[in-house]
Amino acid sequence: MTEIMIAAAVVCGVGIVIGILLGVAGEKFKVEVDPKEVAVRELLPGNNCGGCGFPGCDGLAAAIAKGEMPPSACPVGGEAVAEAISKALGIENTETARYVAFVKCAGDCEKAKDVYEYVGPKSCVLAQNNPNGGPKACTYGCTGYGSCKAVCEFDAIDIIDGIAVINKDKCKACGKCIEACPRNLIELVPYDAEHLVRCNSHDRGLDVKAACSAGCIGCSLCAKNCEASAITMDKNLAHIDAEKCNNCGVCKQKCPVKIIT
Amino acid sequence: MGLLTFSGGIHPYEGKELTMEKPIKEYLPKGDCVYPLNQHIGAPAVPVVKKGDRVLVGQKIAEASGFVSANIHSSISGTVKAIEPRLTSGGTKVTSIVVENDGQFEEVDFSENVMDLSTLYREDIKDIIKEAGIVGLGGAGFPANVKLSPKNEDDIDYIIVNGAECEPYLTSDYRRMMEEADKIILGLQICVNLFDNAKGIIAIEDNKPEAIKLLTEKLKDNDKITVNAIKTKYPQGAERQLIYANTGRYVNSKMLPADAGCIVHNVDTIHAIYEAVIEGKPLIKRVVTVTGDAIEKPCNLLVRIGTNLQELIAAAGGFKDGIMPEKIVVGGPMMGKAVYSLDVPSTKGVSALLCMSHDEVAALEPTNCIRCGRCVDVCPGRVVPSLLAKYAEHGDIDSFLKHDGMECCECGCCSYICPAKRHLTQTIAGTRKLILANKKK
Repeated sequence: MTEIMIAAAVVCGVGIVIGILLGVAGEKFKVEVDPKEVAVRELLPGNNCGGCGFPGCDGLAAAIAKGEMPPSACPVGGEAVAEAISKALGIENTETARYVAFVKCAGDCEKAKDVYEYVGPKSCVLAQNNPNGGPKACTYGCTGYGSCKAVCEFDAIDIIDGIAVINKDKCKACGKCIEACPRNLIELVPYDAEHLVRCNSHDRGLDVKAACSAGCIGCSLCAKNCEASAITMDKNLAHIDAEKCNNCGVCKQKCPVKIIT
Repeated sequence: MGLLTFSGGIHPYEGKELTMEKPIKEYLPKGDCVYPLNQHIGAPAVPVVKKGDRVLVGQKIAEASGFVSANIHSSISGTVKAIEPRLTSGGTKVTSIVVENDGQFEEVDFSENVMDLSTLYREDIKDIIKEAGIVGLGGAGFPANVKLSPKNEDDIDYIIVNGAECEPYLTSDYRRMMEEADKIILGLQICVNLFDNAKGIIAIEDNKPEAIKLLTEKLKDNDKITVNAIKTKYPQGAERQLIYANTGRYVNSKMLPADAGCIVHNVDTIHAIYEAVIEGKPLIKRVVTVTGDAIEKPCNLLVRIGTNLQELIAAAGGFKDGIMPEKIVVGGPMMGKAVYSLDVPSTKGVSALLCMSHDEVAALEPTNCIRCGRCVDVCPGRVVPSLLAKYAEHGDIDSFLKHDGMECCECGCCSYICPAKRHLTQTIAGTRKLILANKKK
């Protein structure tokens, strides 16, 4: 009996000593955490997608708490989260424009010609190793094997009829697809941008026409007629500056190949 | 002891009987010739002619633009029609010099370039080879003079002539050896004499006994050059496997053959070196095997570089029964590239034009890996293709590199043997190209 009592007493004693030590250490070596940061971190979605430019939500929370980033910096949370954060921090919610990804290609199966039949791994990145970078005659357009879809964490990309189509409402502008696309076809545009050029081909008009019926032929009719001079021509390709665009829609009417949305 | 060889490899249907006994016929192009500026590894050449200039056979039309680069010479006489992007057999448009053929084939005076071999220094010979625009004619197109200028010349013990011709269907090197054996021996002698300690080896697969017999007979009094019979197995002619079979030395992806004391040249390259040094002729012709079950009269043609591939098909009697083949491959069936248009020029690296009436690859859908391990058995690079392909599919570059993905030589054995018909080589090759491209950035 006494042996058991001794054992119990030793265990209790050890427990008490360790408990006191841990308590003291916890108090002494405490890491100072900004309570604001904790509050912000709790309000953020917690996907750790990296769309804000930080490695994860913790990084952004610290930056918002320090005032280095605006409360609306999280592209995933959107307005609701921005409002909640500004309320918690007691600062004004400065609105930043919402961006979405945009695929600069309209050459679906019907419009873009195939020059050969492709047999091989279904990946845009690996298809680039083949002649012409894939079966499509156009070397600038969407290959349609969904390397962008594979990296999208928000299920915002669908491959429809041989080209990637972005669901504007689901897209959080995290930018992963931009990096994944081997042809640098995807760019971020303002959510409310109405008029955009759906082509990425820098070929001459004649070559573009031979490859795809939905390609920018570089006629520059849109640039000449733009009231806000928001359209520039770069190597046979029109580009609309969404910030200057006043959504008048003249370019869309003038475009002979109807590739401006 | 058995024949010299390496571990792994496959034995595909050879198909060489179609053209093996067909002597080389010279073909003179009728139409225009197109010379892409990057027919070699390295920096593209720079044109030295302009639109409207008249050029002669053998005239330099583009100049090497760096150490690893090569000159390009006109193979016909005529006027320069344009310098513009043209489709090449690689499938992309490359800036090319287009020469309109006047049908005269008027040559520059090659005899002016001929010099007495005994008065030439080693550097002179390398300069002649460089000037003649000679690149590896096995397909990769590495400039020959760069290969012959290793860092430490005393370390070179072997110059190996690659007469393995392990790719099925190809017979161009075999015909060269049978018809111009003396020139190849002299060409090799020139290369061997560039180094103090070098010995020459002519390595030939044992499915070409006639060539082995002929060359052994001619070389029986030569103590510097030997003929090695090597086992018939694909990829016996791959540079690393050839070095291992002949010398027992390993070369990996981080080394050059010169690091193992070897320099490997293709038979046709050696022939081109002979023509450049002894006859003063630049590289303007090469042997191309036009073959396949969709060709009316398979043959070996001595083709002027720049000739349109459509002309070669016509020279081989056209397609059998006029039916367009399902698959046309430039190069051998294992490592060649399928082309989608025949309106492309033949370049320095084109050793064969293969036309198949059935596309066997497209006919079979790939299924799941059954982990049988056959790809591991046959891989001459001693990697695990199934694993590498999995990493490649998932874009896991770090694991791909960790499992020696760069040791793959893209020979195609794994895809050939895979019972699940998975596109292993294609997947691994694509990722390797991606990694190499990223490295350059």
